[in-house]
Amino acid sequence: MQHSVSIRDLSLNFGNVKVLEHLNLDIAQGEFIVLLGPSGCGKSTLLNCIAGLLDVSDGQIFISGKNVTWLEPKDRGIGMVFQSYALYPQMSVERNLSFGLRVAGMPKDEIERRVARAAEILQIQPLLNRKPANLSGGQRQRVAIGRALVRDVDVFLFDEPLSNLDAKLRSDLRVEIKRLHQRLKNTMIYVTHDQIEALTLADRIAIMKNGVIQQLADPHTIYNKPVNLYVAGFIGSPSMNFITGSVDGTTFTAADGTKIPVGAYDFAASPAGSLKAVLGVRPEHILLGDAAQGMPFKTTAEIEIVEPMGSETLAWTKVAGVPVTFRCSSDIPLAVGDKVTVGFDIARGSLFNAETENRL
Amino acid sequence: MADTAVPLEAGTETVNRPGLLKRILLHNLPAKIAAVPMMLTVLVVFVGCTIWTIYYSMTNSKLLPTGKFIGFDQYERLFATSRWNVSVTNLIAYGVMSLVFTLVIGFVLAVLIDQKIRFESAFRTVMLYPFALSFIVTGLVWQWIMNPTLGLQGTLRNLGWTNFTFDWIANPRMVLFALLIAGLWHGTGFCMVLMLAGLRGVDEEIWKAARVDGIPTWRTYISIVLPMMRGVLVTAVVIIGSGIVRLYDLVVALTNGGPGISSEVPAKYVFNYMFSGGNIGQGLAGATMMLLTVLIIMIPWAYLEYGGKGKRT
Repeated sequence: MQHSVSIRDLSLNFGNVKVLEHLNLDIAQGEFIVLLGPSGCGKSTLLNCIAGLLDVSDGQIFISGKNVTWLEPKDRGIGMVFQSYALYPQMSVERNLSFGLRVAGMPKDEIERRVARAAEILQIQPLLNRKPANLSGGQRQRVAIGRALVRDVDVFLFDEPLSNLDAKLRSDLRVEIKRLHQRLKNTMIYVTHDQIEALTLADRIAIMKNGVIQQLADPHTIYNKPVNLYVAGFIGSPSMNFITGSVDGTTFTAADGTKIPVGAYDFAASPAGSLKAVLGVRPEHILLGDAAQGMPFKTTAEIEIVEPMGSETLAWTKVAGVPVTFRCSSDIPLAVGDKVTVGFDIARGSLFNAETENRL
Repeated sequence: MADTAVPLEAGTETVNRPGLLKRILLHNLPAKIAAVPMMLTVLVVFVGCTIWTIYYSMTNSKLLPTGKFIGFDQYERLFATSRWNVSVTNLIAYGVMSLVFTLVIGFVLAVLIDQKIRFESAFRTVMLYPFALSFIVTGLVWQWIMNPTLGLQGTLRNLGWTNFTFDWIANPRMVLFALLIAGLWHGTGFCMVLMLAGLRGVDEEIWKAARVDGIPTWRTYISIVLPMMRGVLVTAVVIIGSGIVRLYDLVVALTNGGPGISSEVPAKYVFNYMFSGGNIGQGLAGATMMLLTVLIIMIPWAYLEYGGKGKRT
């Protein structure tokens, strides 16, 4: 199958600072890829390289099979949506959408047809004669998407498009972007630091750190089988619980001596001898009370903090001497000081090498 | 302040309430006191002196403002004077050229500096430096440079280029352009700095969006960035415009109105009649005409800018 976007050995330096190093990424036709990472991890830089807004130091970029490494952005077959919308403030919405096409000298009826189609898809027909200053944030972002849409391109690039919106609008527009993708079936590359956006939108997520892609996988795999400690800690809110210790055969021994059986764990390669390790388990995989009875590992713990969140309750306790959070139904009455039985199955958890921080 | 200490009992409230006049006077009293000096300045200096000027422009005052009312005679004389008419024509020609060239050159320089060049601050300082000089110094320097025997022309002729001619300052038909060169040298740097500040205020992502849209750089500047700089443009036009209307010292230092009366300007006319010609009535008539011109330009502009508030937003 031909890749829609292919990045080969891409490097980018600003002076002596290496922002991206030998980065490879293949994106299939129609795929929704999210680049996720904290600020400064190079995700926006990578997007700007794909768009052609930054010149790469080394490597090549292919879009729809064509080498576009040194092409101008307009010749790459991309449309881009920015965090600050970047609408032309003195032009009406209609002109914002059509200006690029006009400058390119496209016939008038073709421009009209494309603007009408974009306005119809994005439901912005009533706004066409307004100026950006008279639009709400959500409407502005829709116009910005429309400006990418009229270009009739193969690949859409989104640079944190929802970060300037409030929480309610953000979740509304998130659904709209997903709907747009299902309707258009274009390749989309989406940069965000919001893991909820990443998990909900993506076909595959690329988690980046220091200019390197840590893991590229579908949201389910990223969430349940993180390849290293960084990914495990970055994804999930509240984040994964970590217990340090060592693993020997089928037993994990925590720092305080607690033994946790890990025979059911799906090792990539069985560790030879004793090995310093970190055990990670997600808050929702820790079970409580009767449900914990059947678990391979169970212990008694005292509740320290209870955080009712409405649909569920978060509780803080100590297991094997380290603070651990777990999630349970809000129907279960919990109070500070309660002694409860908690347990989990290592098959749903993760084990990492404490030195390399990679998944075992 | 005192009434807050009175215990609020039912019925007494209305009795203790200060009267309307008192409330208007006492509300925000410190702010009112602080505004008094400026209010007086506006009333006495701006409004008062303007009325005084207009009144005495209708008298036959000579050395002192004491003459008797003679109606519009001074104005009739004003527009029958060729020196005044030349002054007005000169100012219009100089003003239009100066405004256009200062804005265009200032913008082009700002765009060039905006290309992330090296030594940007050095260039900025060099360009802005003439603005730190007074018009008198600017005028003298350019008088020397453009002097046909001592300046550029003389130097190049001495070097053997005997046909070289650059005598605008002595040529009645070209002297306005000599003024213009000195004026532009003085003012474009400041305009450039203003424009540069405006350019820097444009969001980086607008540029990226324009590049993705395939809009050429020059087109982005003209169709997108320039309209976004409206505020800076208005500021620049007001500052350049006020400099043009009161154009005086540059002319005095560079040409002193010559050759003949070919580079006279209205402000110089007014000054000469009031302080050396001993004809205050005539000078004030000229001053009133200058004010009228400014108002004719300013009032429609102010109306357009602030009048139709309901239509904007």
